Amino acid sequence: MRQKVKDTLEPLTSGIIKDNATFRLVLGTCPTLAVTTSGLNGLYMGLATTFVLVCSNAIISLLRKIIPRKVRIPCYILVIATFSTIVEMVMRKFLPAIYDVMGLFLSLIVVNCILLARAESFSSLNPVLPSVMDGIGIGLGFTMSLTLMGLVREFLGAGTFFGLVVPFMQNIKMTVFILPAGGFMVFGIMMVLYNLVVGEIEKKIHDYKHRHYHAITNPLLKAQEDEEQAKREASMGGDK
Amino acid sequence: MPYVILLVINAIFVNNFVLSRFLGICPFLGVSRKTDTALGMGMAVIFVMGVASVITYALDLVLVAAGIEYLRTIVFILVIACLIQLVEIFVKKFSPSLYSALGVYLPLITTNCAVLGVAIMNVTELATTNILYAFINGVASGVGFTIAILILAGIREKMELADIPERFKGFPITLVAASLIAMGFAAFGGLSF
Repeated sequence: MRQKVKDTLEPLTSGIIKDNATFRLVLGTCPTLAVTTSGLNGLYMGLATTFVLVCSNAIISLLRKIIPRKVRIPCYILVIATFSTIVEMVMRKFLPAIYDVMGLFLSLIVVNCILLARAESFSSLNPVLPSVMDGIGIGLGFTMSLTLMGLVREFLGAGTFFGLVVPFMQNIKMTVFILPAGGFMVFGIMMVLYNLVVGEIEKKIHDYKHRHYHAITNPLLKAQEDEEQAKREASMGGDK
Repeated sequence: MPYVILLVINAIFVNNFVLSRFLGICPFLGVSRKTDTALGMGMAVIFVMGVASVITYALDLVLVAAGIEYLRTIVFILVIACLIQLVEIFVKKFSPSLYSALGVYLPLITTNCAVLGVAIMNVTELATTNILYAFINGVASGVGFTIAILILAGIREKMELADIPERFKGFPITLVAASLIAMGFAAFGGLSF
């Protein structure tokens, strides 16, 4: 999926819902499953990835005419590794508690397929501004889905909401949801729900646009519709 | 010797790379459509993880001696990327049959987080004191990955014939199947030591 865009803001919006990294593109599944044992962890992981994604997208897009095609993958990985090391160091210094929980997965942002996929299919083809927008869009979409999954697993598995105890859940919490098995299960079911809800909404929007588009731009179709409308009214009149 | 056995059982069953540590999920979901390809991927992963464990462990000694551990991620990922290229060239030259068997899976392993994961784990969490242990841990983790991906591929082959709700086709039902396998593997947690 290689894409070039003209509109600067378009990648920002499409990255969040339409090309949602987790539920639609199914990229970056390792951190999605591993760190979403609570909503807060998901949020931090998403933000860390967003930061790396925005920075690496910007740099790779600036270097897109300099990097030779044959050695592009090592170059991209080097850029991404630099930023993920920065994130790791900053987190260790300022958020040691979160750093301990995520540990290994902060270093593993390097091999998160979202980053390489966006470098390959977007920022190596587009100017800086759209690339940054794409980074923000995809990153926020990733953050959103990670936080959502974290919240669901936390609520069902530990009976808490962002760390706050939910009283009525304490007696019926199911620990399996914060174990690995529950991670897979929640991910699968949330993917279905996401596609169900977002798919329906997108279909409605598409139908709406389609109808109005024709009504405005195609006079012939408009005339035909008017004619049908008139016929229907006439037949109703006939019934009377 | 007992330590080696514990290490192997731990890497394969108790802390299975895919099903309890969540490393290497991308190929786990992506290349598990058929058992043949799953086996090919698994073999390639075992091979690369074994070699990468040894080389990164040795390199880490140099990094620690020079006091630049913070460069670990960058150095490791570069070494792994180069290593995979090298392995591909060598295998192509000296063992064409193995090359045709591993084929397209070798380059794919670069972004398999299991390889970088085991390399980092060897030098941080596990604190293996011996380069041999690092090698054994790498190979055993690869075997764990192979077992998991083979089981899933077997299930997916059967699932082709099953009557699945439209919305669940593809990834979602695979994830649910993986969840059930993970539940089974969670039982090995009783072996933890």
